[in-house]
Amino acid sequence: MRQRVGRLLLTYGFWVLMTLLTLIPIWWMFVVSMRSRVELFSRPNLAISRLFLENYSNVLTDSAFQRYMTNSIVVSTSNAVLVMALALLATYALSRYKLTGSDNIFFWLITNRMAPPAAFLLPLFIMFTRTFRIGDWTLFDTQIGLILVYCVFNLPFAIWLLKGVVDGIPIELDDAAMIDGAGLPGVLRHVVIPLAAPGLAVTGILSWVFAWNEYLFAANLTSVEARTITTGLAEFVTVTGTNWGELAAMSMITLIPSAIIVIVAQRYIVMGLTFGAVKE
Amino acid sequence: MRNPRTGWLLLSPTLIILIVFGFMPFLYVLFVGFHEWNIFAAADGMHFNGLDNFRRLVFDNDFTTSLGLTAKFAVFAIASEVVLGFVLAQMLTRKFPGKSLFRIIHTFPLMVAPIAVGAIWRLLVIPGFGPVPFFLDRWFDLTYQIGTYPDQALWTSVIMDVWHWTPFVTLTMLAGLSSIPREPVEQAKVDGASRLQVFWYVTLPFLRPVLLTTVFIRIMDAIRTVDEVWMLAGGGPGTRFTGIYIWRVVFPKTDYGYGSSISIITLYLTIVLCWLLFIAISGRRKGEVE
Repeated sequence: MRQRVGRLLLTYGFWVLMTLLTLIPIWWMFVVSMRSRVELFSRPNLAISRLFLENYSNVLTDSAFQRYMTNSIVVSTSNAVLVMALALLATYALSRYKLTGSDNIFFWLITNRMAPPAAFLLPLFIMFTRTFRIGDWTLFDTQIGLILVYCVFNLPFAIWLLKGVVDGIPIELDDAAMIDGAGLPGVLRHVVIPLAAPGLAVTGILSWVFAWNEYLFAANLTSVEARTITTGLAEFVTVTGTNWGELAAMSMITLIPSAIIVIVAQRYIVMGLTFGAVKE
Repeated sequence: MRNPRTGWLLLSPTLIILIVFGFMPFLYVLFVGFHEWNIFAAADGMHFNGLDNFRRLVFDNDFTTSLGLTAKFAVFAIASEVVLGFVLAQMLTRKFPGKSLFRIIHTFPLMVAPIAVGAIWRLLVIPGFGPVPFFLDRWFDLTYQIGTYPDQALWTSVIMDVWHWTPFVTLTMLAGLSSIPREPVEQAKVDGASRLQVFWYVTLPFLRPVLLTTVFIRIMDAIRTVDEVWMLAGGGPGTRFTGIYIWRVVFPKTDYGYGSSISIITLYLTIVLCWLLFIAISGRRKGEVE
């Protein structure tokens, strides 16, 4: 009994420490978001002295901010849905059909995520402004452009995540459904999707988060109309000095949607992240 | 019954998107890599210069230093993340009240945008109003300034990366640990194996595919890190990782031809490293089937 209490105390001590280490940076950002420019440069202090909401109200009433927020929501959600759908089809194909060179294709897919971003921005920029152009319309500065370009790093990751999950679904179940007269859409709907649900959920969540958080592509492939929230964040770092208070306030606001998703979907995240490790 | 053509059809949307937005830009960068091209140079247009760019980068001190720094950053950050992530995951397999709350809080950093992570850490370490330099100076009489001391900048970015990405490792490890079947562990305990032996001979082999895949993904993402380190240190000394060095060559210096050839070599090195890991992962899987 005494040993168990000791162990429990140790566990809690450890977790309280970890929680503090996790939260202090975020807490500090919150503190900064609650301070005026003048207060910031006084003595560093981890406590909040008064309720100062001007940074938040400045950010929230800015019409540019509202547009950034809408764009971010539309782009990340559409991207996550698109990635889930395409990744499921692709993984099913890689898992169930004998395709020539499928191992190489599988590896090639992930190499798309490895490209150092800086140099690859120019060809994408040229493509967006010149190649994809219909009359006056170009892919540059559109939501659909970002949705497609985010697939470059989200799709390979999603396929890698889902491959093990789909491999783990016994092929006999597919066959049984087919014998019962189900076509491919039927097999996907009644067998694969229900069984791969946790994996699909985690794929969607992580794609959403990656898309929501992406900065470099968003900053270089949009100008006004399709700017996302992360580019808005960077705009506070200006030549004339950084507006730390508003930057922190905006960072706090961008945290909220992701935090809600994590809390709601916590269970699936763990269930779906096995990368196809053995299941009992 | 399973016609490969259907398989290709299912795969085609993915392939089309990745070829258009991934492979075509790659070909373009590869092409430019063999040219001298400064976007704002007086003599406009690209000039083919064969392997000159590649010869230049071998002797480019800044480039080789950046590779060394990236390696240091990746090794220390990923090693700490894996060890810490494993310990945390192990502790999360036990049952104790309040566990899910701790886990949720621990997951938060993963959800913060890299650029915001950079901003948060810059706020922590900025001389003048950041608490870290203030308290280090006060309690340990230590001068901490990442703009002046390259080493401190490097370690700060390692710690930042550990803060940001350990939760990812914890979650994958937790998923891996919870999918380990009970019987072999119980059997080993019955046979009188010590805890260390159970870990080494039972848990670790089962965990290996998840572990390697996690390391794979972390290596890949650590090498191409730009935005959060840039936001933290502005590309100052000590944090000139390869991704950031390419950024500096391509944008402020607009030496696009040279930047492209560095990108190609960096990509090549990443692919080779990851290919080796990939063989290790899939080799293990094939071994299981036999």
